[in-house]
Formats: sequence, C-alpha cells, structure tokens
Amino acid sequence: MQNHPVYTDNDPQTELSTLNLGPTHPATHGVFQNVLQLDGERIVSGVSTIGYIHRAFEKIAEHRPFYQITPLTDRLNYCSSPINNMGWHMTVEKLLGIETPKRVDYLRIIIMELARIADHLICNSVLAVDTGAATGFFYVMEYREAIYEIYEEVCGSRLTTNIGRIGGFERNFNAIAFRKLRKFLKEYPVVLKEFENLTKRNRIFIDRTKDVAAVTAEDAISYSWSGPILRATGVDYDVRAMNPYCSYEEFDFEVPVGENGDVYSRYLVRQEEMWQSLRLIEQALVKLEKEPSDIFHADVPDFYLPPKEDVYNNMEALIYHFKIVMGEIPTPNTEVYHSVEGGNGELGFYLVNDGGRSPYRLHFRRPSFINYQMYAPMSRGMLLSDAIINMSSLNVIAGELDA
Amino acid sequence: MGKLTNEDLVKKISEKYSDQVTLLGEPFGLLTFETGRDQITDLLTWLKNDTSTQFIYLTDITAIHYPELPKPIGVIYHLHSLVNNVRVRIKVFLEDADVHIPTASNIWNGANWMERETYDLFGVIFDGHPDLRRILNVDDMTAFPMRKEFPLEDPNRVDKKDYFFGR
Repeated sequence: MQNHPVYTDNDPQTELSTLNLGPTHPATHGVFQNVLQLDGERIVSGVSTIGYIHRAFEKIAEHRPFYQITPLTDRLNYCSSPINNMGWHMTVEKLLGIETPKRVDYLRIIIMELARIADHLICNSVLAVDTGAATGFFYVMEYREAIYEIYEEVCGSRLTTNIGRIGGFERNFNAIAFRKLRKFLKEYPVVLKEFENLTKRNRIFIDRTKDVAAVTAEDAISYSWSGPILRATGVDYDVRAMNPYCSYEEFDFEVPVGENGDVYSRYLVRQEEMWQSLRLIEQALVKLEKEPSDIFHADVPDFYLPPKEDVYNNMEALIYHFKIVMGEIPTPNTEVYHSVEGGNGELGFYLVNDGGRSPYRLHFRRPSFINYQMYAPMSRGMLLSDAIINMSSLNVIAGELDA
Repeated sequence: MGKLTNEDLVKKISEKYSDQVTLLGEPFGLLTFETGRDQITDLLTWLKNDTSTQFIYLTDITAIHYPELPKPIGVIYHLHSLVNNVRVRIKVFLEDADVHIPTASNIWNGANWMERETYDLFGVIFDGHPDLRRILNVDDMTAFPMRKEFPLEDPNRVDKKDYFFGR
C-alpha cells in the first residue's frame, strides 16, 4: 500500500496539483477547458484549450450564397444573435452598395439594442449567481423572455433568429411587436434598477468582484480586447461611436467607460450600457414616428427576397427568388471589412468576393475568441474562486469562441 | 482626436518604404497595402510606434488561399489606429513551398491566438511564435482545412455542378 504524506498545518506543501477545469465543468457555463496548476487554491499557471464546438463556419460560408450564411452568423454569439445577423447583412449591403431607408436603420437599432440588453443581462445576472446571489438572475431572466417574444413577433423565432434580409427586414413590425416593446420599455427599467440595488452596493458582491482580475488599458489593447471589457479598463472604444453604422451617428448616447478594469468595472460598464441601450430604443421609437410606416426594406429586387405569397403566385417573383437563392445575380469582385459592436465587442466580417455565388473567403473577427486568450495568463496568481468570477465577467460565448 | 487621412498615410508609407510596399487599392475606404515578409515586422512595428500613425490596435490576422497564383497564401493584417480612427489592411503573399513569416506576437500579445488560428486553418508558419500549435482542430490533424484543395463536400456529388445551372 502506498504511503501518503500526512501534512500538519506548518508543513510547507511544495507539490502543485493539476486541476482540469472543464470541459463542461459546472462552474464554467460552457465548453471551456483550462488545465490549471494549483498551489493550494492559488493558480500558478494555466493552459486554455478551445475548439470543442468548432463547426468550420468559415469553410461552410465559402460554399453558400449570401442569404444562407445568415444562419451561420446567429450561431456565433447566440445570446445576441440579431446583432450577428444584421452585422452580416450590413456587410453584404456595403459590398453591393445598397442604401437602406432610415426606417430600416431605426428598426435595426431597436432590435440590436434589445439584443445587447439580452446579452448583458445574462452576463451580469450570471455573474451575480457566481457570487451567490441567484435571486437577481431569476428576476431579470423574465425580461430576456420578454425580448425573445419581441423577436418572435418580428421574425418568428426566438434564439437563433435569422432576423432581417439584405436591405431590411422580411416583414414589417406589427402592432403587437410595438406593444410588447413599449411594455418592455416600461417594465424593464424598474427591474434593472432593482437588480442594481441588489448588487451594486452589496458588500459580498463588491468583495468578490472589486480588484479581481484587474487589467490595465495597455494590456487590454495589446491583447486586442474590445467591447465592455476593454471599456472597463478606461479605453473609450465603441464601434457604434467610432465608426457609426445604421445611423447611430444621429443618436444621443454615451459610451460608458470604467476605471479599474476589474470584474466590478466590467459589471458597471455592462449595467450602464443597458441604460444607454434603453435610451437608444426610446430615441429610435421617436424617430420612427416621422418615417412612413410601410417601409421595411430597401427597393433592391435583385437582392431582397420577394414575399413568399408572390413567389407562389407570380412568375416574376419566382424567378427572382430562384436567382437570389441560387446566387445567380452578379456581385462585385472586391473585398470588404465591416464591423459592428456586438455584445462582447467588435464583431467583424472580412468578406473577399470574386463575383461568384458564394464568398471567396469569409473571416469572422469574433470578439470572444480574441478576448478569451488573456484568460490563462491573467489567471496566474489568482485564487480559483476568482478565476471563475473572472470567466463570467469576460462573457465568453462558446459559439463565438470556436466558430 | 487627430485625423490621419488615407492620402497622408499613403504618403508617409511610400516615403519610408518606397518600393518595398505596394498600394493595392482602397476598397470601401480601407487602404490596402502589399509587402514582403522581410519588411512585415518592421512595417508593423513602425505603424504601431510612429507618433503620427499609432496603429496600436491589431484588429485581426487571417489568411487567404489563391491556388492558381505563384504566391498562393496571403496573410492579411487589419490594423486600427484608435487615436486617428483609421484602419489599414496589409497583405503578405507567400510561396506554397515556403510558408514562413515572422510572428507579430512580439508586437501585440493578441497576435498569438490569431496566428495560431491562421496556422491551424492555412498552415502558415509564424517564425518566432512562442507556441505555434493547432487551436480549433485536433492536434493530430494533417490537413490545413481552409486551403482550397480541401473541398467541403464529397467531390463525387454531381447534383451541385455548375453546368446544371447554365454556367
């Protein structure tokens, strides 16, 4: 029988232990593996392994017409799929030189900001769960459902939305969608405020998050971080403000920045961004009133799919439908990079087109992939329990990490 | 915020690098240059550190494969000057038999995983990279799947051939 050493309180324990944190470890909310070397509870070093749900989206995209790439994009960050969908459609519109009507821009802003709220509320409430406060999570989660119901009115689906078309939306927003939206705008701020009351000045929450996993602005930029976690370090970089798309330049909103770059700052930045998103939606609703209510797409019959009813009953529409779906209509032979502010940061689409029916090359700049690479280096010297909180605050979505 | 125009940038780069850097175009306002692998480290370092350009933010590194070209593998860098709010794209084309290029991970820490991904999918070897391993695919894979010689679908399928669609 092997003799195991018996330690007393005063014995130095020099041997490191190895901990396989994941994949599918209950503390990591997803398929993340980190092989950690631990000295007691303190992390000495770590290696992150990714690729568990790699689905070769870039390769698949080389074989699909533009429309059929949309379902690939909403499976990247499935917490805020409409942003991915619309980011892709905007990239194609840029390539094809399609100008969208103002009403489409405003409707898109409404949906994208709702998606941002859905994304941030999950992240912040799960962060609270990780510190032991489950109540807030159940409380705000109800409002993610409310957002999904709005998506459902607009496109018929909830999680993987496939929302929008090249040039606009598949259908106009109906009265029920607007009613649900107004209900959400009325009720959510109260809940958000209450969630803030539960967490923002909570002693336990602050002790668990403040000064944990603090990152300097220099490191964050050097690691190409983007999104709320970059802004939490004090860098004022938001794609919506710096390179506006979708008429964001007409809106009045602030880009919240943090100070310490720690988990608490990230929480605060996300929290403030939700307030700003609500502000943006309110403004968009006011602007919508001045636009004709029947416009929901650009007049581009060469690329906008005709309504299904017409496809069944009208030969011309059927031909257009076929030509668009099969990628028969010529497209420019050039390359384009377009980025949008996703839930986690700069979501970029680099599309190289050769005029064929599918992109010659499509590369997704996935913020989670780029943000996550600092996880192992920054965990060094951290307590294991802090490393879990840190992972929650980075809001890495496995779909976007692996693509 | 100081604004650096594309014209200024072209002028600065051509003054400093003259014939070592070629301007490929300006698709959708994004300046695109081509350079060789001997200059790439110097060019990236200069773009990052020069006080007038300050491309401090590495947006992305990726690659592309043109099998019919003499230099089929292109490595593509997207840089962003957060100070001037200008982006630039830089391409380096490599021969099939010699897909070596110096790493940028000593200029930006973030280049580490981007280069690993590019290696994994295209087989570009980044010299000096601290940990050049596959990242998304399994370690014992032998192919570089984003290269064009690896088709997505079964090559024996005929129902999707172009001639069925009048092409």
